[in-house]
Amino acid sequence: MIEFKNVSKWYGNFQVLNNCTFSIQKGDVVVICGPSGSGKSTLVKTINALESIQQGEIIVDGIKLNDPQTNLPQLRARVGMVFQNFELFPHLNVIENLTLAQIKVLGRSKDQAITYGLKYLERVGLLSQKDKFPGQLSGGQQQRVAIARALSMDPIIMLFDEPTSALDPEMVGEVLDVIVKLAKEGMTMCVITHEMSFAKNLSKRVIFMDEGKIVEDCSKDKFFGNPDLLSARAKEFLSKILRNN
Amino acid sequence: MNLDFSFFTLNIISNFIIKGLLFSIKLTLVTLVCGLIIGTMIAMMRLSKFKILNYPALGYVVLIRSLPFVMVILWVFILIPLVIGKSIGSENSAYITYIVFESAFYSEIMRSGIQSVKKEQMQAGYAVGLTYFQSMRYIILPQAFRNMLPVILTQTIVLFQDTSLVYAIGAYDLLKGFEIVSKNFNRPVEAYLIAAVVYFIICFSLSYGVKLTQRKVQIAK
Repeated sequence: MIEFKNVSKWYGNFQVLNNCTFSIQKGDVVVICGPSGSGKSTLVKTINALESIQQGEIIVDGIKLNDPQTNLPQLRARVGMVFQNFELFPHLNVIENLTLAQIKVLGRSKDQAITYGLKYLERVGLLSQKDKFPGQLSGGQQQRVAIARALSMDPIIMLFDEPTSALDPEMVGEVLDVIVKLAKEGMTMCVITHEMSFAKNLSKRVIFMDEGKIVEDCSKDKFFGNPDLLSARAKEFLSKILRNN
Repeated sequence: MNLDFSFFTLNIISNFIIKGLLFSIKLTLVTLVCGLIIGTMIAMMRLSKFKILNYPALGYVVLIRSLPFVMVILWVFILIPLVIGKSIGSENSAYITYIVFESAFYSEIMRSGIQSVKKEQMQAGYAVGLTYFQSMRYIILPQAFRNMLPVILTQTIVLFQDTSLVYAIGAYDLLKGFEIVSKNFNRPVEAYLIAAVVYFIICFSLSYGVKLTQRKVQIAK
């Protein structure tokens, strides 16, 4: 469903993505990990063209991203994205956050949008908060609203960019629960995370990045079960991060 | 010095002052609304990555901010009849000049307002499929406007005071009303004293209003 072919990207002289090739099939749950500055976030943001690329090709659901003919807003509407810092719209209440793009992009009627919105709010367990403003919610609740906002667009894939790293520790669980539930329901997703136990639970596949390159792209069992088969860089990362957990 | 305010009757107020006050208020409101709309467009141009939009907007703002307001008021008043061949009257000339001039100031306010919104908000707008203009309209500008509301109102108070500069082209504003009264009764000291009190009351209550909104904006954040 998503295909990266030899994708490279530079910020000035600095190469953030170096010849990345991989693909994601429908139903895949892929965890992307790696040290900070390795290009994970940039890689994920190229999937919905929030970041442009200079070389290579990205195909999402049969549509070439770097074709100037591509209607990017329409494509982005079908790719759900959850940000590290939630990025809810602070001047709109919860239900308005969920309905804005449904109405303006998908052309749903207001009633229809609210019905969808409430359905997904219920799924993340926040139906009772529908009239509150983002500032009145806890970080964990805000992130769950952000997930519901993305889901109410009926995305074909969900992207998570470190969805729990801006949260207080006691709120991480509630957000991870929602994501795990989604994965179990068969949602295709791509998750950047440092929560290794979560990665172990959630994913079937792990992509490890370092210095803009995809160093490992393997099954979860290989990544966590057989460290001896991994590259030195991945082994070092894994041992560091597991020691911290 | 003997002060005598007896000339200042209700009759005088309704005949001379109200007319001027209404024009001052109208000029302020029209300039506020048009200036904000044009200023926001200029601000968006200035923040654009396209040089063809960026440079003209920058030039406009730099030029306007470097010119004395009274000079521009006079100049437009003289220039327009030369260009279109007939006079449009001092009041219409004032509307045009004030909008042109104040747009530059409102654009600077809106520019910092837009910059005060985190750039990830724009990304969040894009991520749910909104276009650039939709993201601006529904996400960035409402937040920019809310953040800048106290500054916009403060600028508008200054604008209200500056409406008195239309004396240069003889338009009938609040100050002109008092000037006529002072000449009719030969009581300039008293008339301008009352004018000062009226300006003070209006501007002071507006500033107080600004303070209240400032507190509200801070709570909403």
